Amino acid sequence: MRRIGDAPVVRRLLIGAALVLSALFLLLPLVAIFAQAFSEGVMVFWANVSNTFTLHAIGLTLMIALLTIPVCLVFGVALAWLVTRFSFPGRRILQTLIDIPFAVSPVVAGLIYLLLYGRNGWIGTWLDGYDIQLMFSWPGILMVTIFVTCPFVARELIPLMQAQGSREEEAAVTLGASGWTTFRRVTLPNIRWALLYGVILTNARAVGEFGAVSVVSGAIRGKTNTLPLHLEQLYQDYNAVGAFACAALLAFIALLTLSAKAGLEWRAARREAFA
Amino acid sequence: MSIHLHNIAKHFGNTQALEPINLDIHEGELVGLLGPSGSGKTTLLRIIAGLENADRTAQPGKILFGDRDVTNVHVRDRRIGFVFQHYALFRHMSVYDNVAFGLTVLSRKRRPSSGEIRARVFRLLEMVKLEHLANRYPAQLSGGQQQRVSLARALAVEPEVLLLDEPFGALDAKVRQELRRWLRHLHDELNFTSVFVTHDQEEALELSDRVVVMSNGRIEQVDTPDELYRTPKNRFVFEFLGDVNHLEGKVTNGVLTCGDAYWHVDLPDGHAELLLRPHEVRLTEQPTSESHLPVTITAISPVGAEVRVELEADWLAQPWLATVRHTDFEHLALRRGQRLFAHPRHWRRFPKAESKAAEQTRVA
Repeated sequence: MRRIGDAPVVRRLLIGAALVLSALFLLLPLVAIFAQAFSEGVMVFWANVSNTFTLHAIGLTLMIALLTIPVCLVFGVALAWLVTRFSFPGRRILQTLIDIPFAVSPVVAGLIYLLLYGRNGWIGTWLDGYDIQLMFSWPGILMVTIFVTCPFVARELIPLMQAQGSREEEAAVTLGASGWTTFRRVTLPNIRWALLYGVILTNARAVGEFGAVSVVSGAIRGKTNTLPLHLEQLYQDYNAVGAFACAALLAFIALLTLSAKAGLEWRAARREAFA
Repeated sequence: MSIHLHNIAKHFGNTQALEPINLDIHEGELVGLLGPSGSGKTTLLRIIAGLENADRTAQPGKILFGDRDVTNVHVRDRRIGFVFQHYALFRHMSVYDNVAFGLTVLSRKRRPSSGEIRARVFRLLEMVKLEHLANRYPAQLSGGQQQRVSLARALAVEPEVLLLDEPFGALDAKVRQELRRWLRHLHDELNFTSVFVTHDQEEALELSDRVVVMSNGRIEQVDTPDELYRTPKNRFVFEFLGDVNHLEGKVTNGVLTCGDAYWHVDLPDGHAELLLRPHEVRLTEQPTSESHLPVTITAISPVGAEVRVELEADWLAQPWLATVRHTDFEHLALRRGQRLFAHPRHWRRFPKAESKAAEQTRVA
């Protein structure tokens, strides 16, 4: 008996198309990045990477990512908990609001923050009175990065927590567990893979964010330049090898992230097979 | 530990899930909450547990465990055991850790030593005959095994009140039967007060000391299974507790007529609706002077202690069900399509409105 979609010609055609397209649009650019970065040898690549400004950009990017992740983690878990475990007026609206950072172009997000917190902005004017300047410095970059990445964790958790329901938590409470114990010993273990997955996505986006950051950072070399901004500057300066060296770094981080994600998925699949 | 509920009501938004309810459950009793879905039985159980709050009205409800007022006591401090419908085992914990959970979350002062916890968990697992599966995960167990783990887990904290929400609902018939018997033994042995929810009247009647029949957020009747079956207080209880045949017609001069069927009954003139159980229908080949109720056999099911026969007639709005002893079945040589006459042995009559007026029963 033949199943639907089993026709050999169709199958080969589909597989072939998928392979060709992935090679052309995904693999080839990736290879090109590394080829270009190392085109003048490892020493030149190393010289570009170890450049003071590049090092500073790497440091700033990693710092922003490190600060963004815990904020998004706490925010995402709290929001998912709120939306899936309680019923209150406005719950649906809140669930829609979570998606705003996804729906809005990052550049627009950056502009909004500039409008609000810039020196002539609504809140910015007031802050200026206390000599606090958020825009064109790292706090501004952190703020827009958090804005852009905050839905990832919540988006991963909400469907899972909805599917799991609150029965296990209720069971824990009937057995005398406190709220914190219930969260730590019942809720958290059940959502940990989704949580890690959300963190990986958050990290990927925080490291790679360009649009929103470029509006609020001012791109001051050695001060407020993140890796993607630095890359773009190098490219504008006709330093193709330098730009591609940075691109290779970003691609490397992305590959690390992807393999971490694949590893998690593999583990989850294995757990399921054994459970 | 006895349970007293006083004036407990519950609204979900605008729908009333429970009308104000009073109920007393005695110490050591095994009580079944029986009703169709939406009757409020699970809501009532969850309110007893403290997983749901009763309405806070002008005359707030009260829940007492013995002399202890637990109305405003949090679930975790009520000292109850709760068994969930789909077990709600902690899926990432082994069977052992599931059962030990209630003991390991105790405050350091009250927590037994780890050796004692171990001994207690294994004692419980032995009791539910699962000690050999202590290291398995819930997903590796069958439904019946999971349910036993969830019982052991609830009993680990030595509750004075055990609450079970449709405990056997998701299990197949054979396992259900076995677990029922087992729960009954356990209850008699450990002597706690148990309340369980079910929509299966057989389960409720077989297992309970007393049954609380509920519908539409109201308690219809609270009685022993025997009393409940023999003297149902109203039409709902009667219809819910078993198969029912309806006979509707007009009574004139002591004769009830319905199409070409007639029957002598001792009733005043007017419209009448009579209800009878399948075993209250006798089948013969000839009508009598007292009754003429012609029926045709449409289906026969010989499985079980009695033969179930489905009867149809043009004067009947809904088919009747009759149960016949196997000897009578052979004697009458019943077959599908055969035409016979039905004779009610016994019948009941309830007022049409769901009022609590006395029922009428007669032996024909």
